[in-house]
Amino acid sequence: MIVKLNHVCLTYQAPDGEIEALRDLSFGIAEGEFVSLVGPSGCGKSTLLSIIAGIERPSSGTVLLDGEDILSPSPRIGYMPQKDQLFPWRTIWGNVLLGPELRRQNSPARRDHVRGLLERYGLAEFAGKTPDQLSGGMRQRCALIRTMALDPDLLLLDEPFSALDYQTRLAVSADIYGIIRSEHKTALLVTHDISEAISLSDRIVVLSRRPGRIKAVHTLDSLRGLPPMERRDHDDFRLYFNDLWKELDLNV
Amino acid sequence: MSEQNNRGLQPVPSAGRLRWLRERRRTRWAVQSLRFVLLAGFFILWELAARRGWIDAFIFSSPCRIWQTLFSLAGSGDLWLHTGTSVLETVAGFTLGTLTGILIATLLWWSPFLARVLDPYLVVLNSLPKTALGPIFIVWMGAGAGSIIAMTLAISIVVTILDMHHGFGSTDPEKIRLMRTLGADRMQIFLKLVLPANFTTMVNALKVNVGLSWVGVIMGEFLVSKAGLGYLIVYGSQVFQMDLVMTTVLILAAAAALMYQCILWLEKALKKYMGVTI
Repeated sequence: MIVKLNHVCLTYQAPDGEIEALRDLSFGIAEGEFVSLVGPSGCGKSTLLSIIAGIERPSSGTVLLDGEDILSPSPRIGYMPQKDQLFPWRTIWGNVLLGPELRRQNSPARRDHVRGLLERYGLAEFAGKTPDQLSGGMRQRCALIRTMALDPDLLLLDEPFSALDYQTRLAVSADIYGIIRSEHKTALLVTHDISEAISLSDRIVVLSRRPGRIKAVHTLDSLRGLPPMERRDHDDFRLYFNDLWKELDLNV
Repeated sequence: MSEQNNRGLQPVPSAGRLRWLRERRRTRWAVQSLRFVLLAGFFILWELAARRGWIDAFIFSSPCRIWQTLFSLAGSGDLWLHTGTSVLETVAGFTLGTLTGILIATLLWWSPFLARVLDPYLVVLNSLPKTALGPIFIVWMGAGAGSIIAMTLAISIVVTILDMHHGFGSTDPEKIRLMRTLGADRMQIFLKLVLPANFTTMVNALKVNVGLSWVGVIMGEFLVSKAGLGYLIVYGSQVFQMDLVMTTVLILAAAAALMYQCILWLEKALKKYMGVTI
C-alpha cells in the first residue's frame, strides 16, 4: 500500500453550524493501481483529495504515505486540478516547470526530465507557445506533465476532464490514461461520471451523500489492463454501470 | 493549431476579401476625417463668432488670441515653467499614490484580519470628497508643492487600495489550491500567481490614477502655488485674461492626453516584457 487512510473524519465549522463532510473513511491504494472515487456532488470527494494532497488536515484519523503521516504537501504526490489551470501569462515551458520552481529544484537534471516528458508526449515543439495557442486536449497533457515534473509516485486527479465536451473527454481521458500507465504511476481519480470511472480504473470506491462514507468498493477484474475505449465496448461494462448507478442513488 | 493563428493570410485574396478590406479602409478613413472636421469646424466657428461679434472675444477668447497667447507664453519661458511644474507634481503624486496603494492592498491581502478591521475606514475615506482635505494639508505642509502632492496622493490612494485589494481577492481559488499542492508559500503565491493574474487590474488602476492625479494637482494649484497650470487658470480668471485661461485649459488637455498615452505605451511594453498578451 502506497497510501493508507485510517478512519478519516472531517468536520468543519460554518456560521450556521457544524458540517460533517467525511465520516470514518478507511481504504488503501496499492502501488501502480488506478483507483476512482465516485459519489454525488457535494459528498466530499474533492475535500478528501485536499487531505491526501496535504493542504487540509482531517479532524481525526490518519493518512499515511508509505507509512508516514502526510502533514504538508509532498513532492511525492502530484495534484491535477479541475480544468487545466495553466497560467496564461507563462509559456508552456514556464507552466510545466512551475512545481520545480516553487520547490527550488529547478536543476538542469530536473529540466531534462521535464523536457523528456514534453518530447515523449509530443509537446516539445509547443514549449515556447502560450496555453491559449493549444487545443483543450494538449492543455490537459501539459497539466499532467506539470503534475509529473517532480516525478511523484501518486497522482491525484480532481475531475480533470469535467470541463471538456463529451467527445474530447473520451479522447483526452484515454490519452491521459495511456501516459499514466506508461509512466508507471499510481492514480486516484475523483469523478462524478460513472462510465469514466469504469473505463479507467482498477477499483472504484463509491461514496455516499454527505457525510461521505464508503458505500461500496468494486474491483473491475474482468476489465483490468484493457485500454479505456475497449472497456466501453466490453460486455461487462453495462453490468458495472448498472450496479454503480443503483448505488449512487441519484434523486433527481 | 498554428493555422488558426495565421488569420486571413492567404496568398491570393478573394474578391470578397478585397471588397471587405476596401470597405474597412474606407470606414477608417471616414472616422479619421470626420474627427478632424469636427475639431477644425469647432475652431473655425469659434473664430468666426468672435470676429463677427456673435460672442464677446474678451470673455470667450478666440483661437487666434489663444495662438498669440501660446506664443508669448512660450517666448517668455512661462509655458515650460508652468507646464513642467504641473507635470512633475502629477507624476510624483501618481507614482506615490499608485505604489503606496498597491503596497497597502498587498498588506491587506496578506492579512485578511487587517482587511476586515480597516474595511469601514476605507469605505468612509472612499466616499469622502478628498478636496475637503486640501486646506488641512496646506496648514500642515505649507503652501507649496508638498501640499499639492499630498492632495494628489489622497485622491488616488484610496481607490487604488480598494481596486487592487478586490482584484487580489478575486484570484481563482482553484489556482491558489494548485499552488498550495505544489508546496508554494504565501510569498510565492503572491509573486507568481496573484500579482501576474492582476496585471489588467493594475493597468486599469494606472489609467484611473492618471486622471485622478491631474484633478488633485489642479485642485491643489487652485488653492496654493505660485506656478503650474492650475495657478495660471486661477490667475488668468482673477485678472480677467480669458485668453490665458483658455490657452491653459488647452495645454492641460494636451498634457493629460499625452500622459494617458504614456500609460498605454507602458502597458504595451510590460506585456511585451512578460511575453504574453493577457
